[in-house]
Amino acid sequence: MGHVVIDVMPKTEILDPQGQAIAGALPRLGIDQFADVRQGKRFVLAVDGDVTQEHLAQARAAAEKMLSNPVIEDVVSVRVLEADGR
Amino acid sequence: MSDDQATMTTVLDTVDVAQTSPDAEQPWQELGLKQDEYKRIREILERRPTSAELAMYSVMWSEHCSYKSSKVHLRRFGDLPQETPRGKQLAGIGENAGVIDIGQGWAVTFKIESHNHPSYIEPYQGAATGVGGIVRDIMAMGARPIAIMDPLRFGRIDHPDTARVLPGIVAGVGGYGNCLGLPNIGGELVFDECYQGNPLVNALCVGSLRHEDLHLANASGVGNKIVLFGAKTGGDGIGGVSVLASETFDADGPTKRPAVQVGDPFAEKVLIECCLDLYHAGVVEGIQDLGGAGLSCATSELASAGDGGMSIELDRVPLRDSSLRAEEILMSESQERMMAVVAPAQLDAFLEITEKWDVEATVLGEVTDGEHLVITWHGETIVDVPPRSVAHDGPVYQRPMERPAYLEELQADSTARLDRPASDEELRAQLLQVLGSPNVCDKSWVTDQYDRYVRGNTAQAMPADAGIVRVDEESGLGVALATDCNGRFAKLDPYAGAQLALAEAYRNVATTGAQPLAVSDCLNFGSPEDPGVMWQFSQSVDGLTDACRELGIPVTGGNVSFYNQTGDTAIHPTPVIAVLGVLDDVSRHASSGWQQTGEPVYLLGEARDELDGSQWSAVVHQHLGGTPPQVDLRAEKGLAEALREAVAGGAISSAHDVSDGGLGVALAESAMAHDIGAVINLPGAAFVDLFSESTGRVVVTVPDGEGSSLEAACVRYDVPFAKIGVTGGDSLVITDRFEVPIADLRETHQATLPLALDGR
Repeated sequence: MGHVVIDVMPKTEILDPQGQAIAGALPRLGIDQFADVRQGKRFVLAVDGDVTQEHLAQARAAAEKMLSNPVIEDVVSVRVLEADGR
Repeated sequence: MSDDQATMTTVLDTVDVAQTSPDAEQPWQELGLKQDEYKRIREILERRPTSAELAMYSVMWSEHCSYKSSKVHLRRFGDLPQETPRGKQLAGIGENAGVIDIGQGWAVTFKIESHNHPSYIEPYQGAATGVGGIVRDIMAMGARPIAIMDPLRFGRIDHPDTARVLPGIVAGVGGYGNCLGLPNIGGELVFDECYQGNPLVNALCVGSLRHEDLHLANASGVGNKIVLFGAKTGGDGIGGVSVLASETFDADGPTKRPAVQVGDPFAEKVLIECCLDLYHAGVVEGIQDLGGAGLSCATSELASAGDGGMSIELDRVPLRDSSLRAEEILMSESQERMMAVVAPAQLDAFLEITEKWDVEATVLGEVTDGEHLVITWHGETIVDVPPRSVAHDGPVYQRPMERPAYLEELQADSTARLDRPASDEELRAQLLQVLGSPNVCDKSWVTDQYDRYVRGNTAQAMPADAGIVRVDEESGLGVALATDCNGRFAKLDPYAGAQLALAEAYRNVATTGAQPLAVSDCLNFGSPEDPGVMWQFSQSVDGLTDACRELGIPVTGGNVSFYNQTGDTAIHPTPVIAVLGVLDDVSRHASSGWQQTGEPVYLLGEARDELDGSQWSAVVHQHLGGTPPQVDLRAEKGLAEALREAVAGGAISSAHDVSDGGLGVALAESAMAHDIGAVINLPGAAFVDLFSESTGRVVVTVPDGEGSSLEAACVRYDVPFAKIGVTGGDSLVITDRFEVPIADLRETHQATLPLALDGR
């Protein structure tokens, strides 16, 4: 079974309250090396057999039409999940 | 942003550069300025503007910020006496929000605004930031926000675009308001084809304060510091107000997608508490909110309200995105930011408080003894303008006006030609049809998503006629608020339509027993460049002004939203009117549902044969034509006085306004509230009695033995009354006509929204 991975991030110019909350909380745990945090989301779509170009095209359509809100988010990647999980 | 501007800013466009390059191409057109407006800026400055100045002028001179088309009309509100029935206004039109005295040392401030265009593009965030923005207006007056309301209007309930925008908008209003911990105490939900592609999202906030806490924002006092505090500045909503609120959408939907603002209600909650702390500690001269047009607006408005001089070091603004250019920082509409004027001696105390609340605060500059607002970027002057020329002396247009040609025909096409129900069975069926129609049906699908009781001061909220919140927990002093507008009436006659909206909101407040005090308005119209729309607008302002004068209540503020149209088709004129009233003790208010059996039911006011524009004509015949119901403001005033006296004297156990749908709907709603029916003997012709939307009517019930006090109050204030029945039973019985079990009323009333919005 193959997998397609879609990563979606809030547009860089858009406020990301969740990321800000994390950025604010990290130093309280002593993790203080990070200047900023932005939080996105990942979708993993499974297909029977290997991932084909057609699967990727459909995944891109899904990413644009449903998995992201194009007004405030960018689809940053749509790619095949490698066997080693990368 | 255009390429022009990008190339222009590779070299910083300072005032010096502008002086030596008078002929440089500037993207004034892309920024929404007209040629003569650009020319005027050049005249004011006696040189070409820098790109930063151009950015400021373009957002501040946009329709949304400058009111350039509406200003000449809105001035008429200023001619009204600036006092309420309880005394002088503490702050009026022109401030962030009007402030009125409600007695016992308390004041309230309230305002209604639109966030229509952003909500169409991004429903959730658009609606959420609409709530956030109006709440900051209230905070800027020194008040604690205590409740919100949201009148919403959408296209047809079964249209796919309604399914796209409605859930997001409702969730956005709820999400932001609930996270802020503010009760949502009412509003409206209206569906009409005319709002297809132009949903209206209006938001109201009310806040309370002690008289001594009133703060008017202005930058005076040379040497006082200008402090920006709250969220960092990002690229959100750059040019949002000018682009979004001043453009007509193409028929195919939004093609422009400017960066929308994303709100953070938790940050705003902290800001509320921080601001109140700052006020109480006495460490601020004034606070200004940052809304549309961001820093351009805040700096120029603060400076013009003071003595004019201010210097700002723009590079000190804390940024979320370090690549932002100066013009973008000036135009950014990042949310949850405020600007304070602080005396130097208070600065340490100020910063101590912001630090306590974990709110970032940065001194950007100070009040100067000059007359210009001067903004620098890494030491170089990029803005040097008379602030009033940006904030107040924008263009003012006397737009052409013309009574629309279609109106003659529309008004001639009355409901007289429509078939009326021929049998009692049909009468019953049509009552149920109207009761279950989208504009009359149960709105819980929406209101259940809102926290209505948080903070523990809500005495009444939807589906009541008016929301009530307590202001003083000791004495029970509180306010009642209602918002109303029937766009169908306004389409038929915009003058009467505005008065009818006011009359209904006024009456809704009065049904609780409150004394109506003041008005805030959100005037939603089509394009001001259409003479027909401009005529509607002017008529509505006239109607509202005349009615306020008659009722003795001032317009304390509000907002105008133009360009609500798709192609050539404008929305119905929709002057949403909010009325605020005061209750000396909120525990003594009347609500709309029947609570006891065996109580006499009275109808105050009289029904005339007025079906034009009614829900019946819309629902049963899909008809709109004729002339709206007659307005009688003297009668409304008498009715309000009688209600107030009767509620205070304990002569009323429930009171419910008769409006959308008519008496039949009002009776059904009162019965459904607590499962108590009634036997009703209609005083006149059954159809007219049940479906007419004549104004000035209220259904009341009277506790045992109080009938004569109510009647005496009615006689005293010249209010016609008729005893029309008695409560009891589990049906609504219209004697000799028909009856409907309450269970059936409820089933019809509750089925509509879930079916349309959830498919079940």
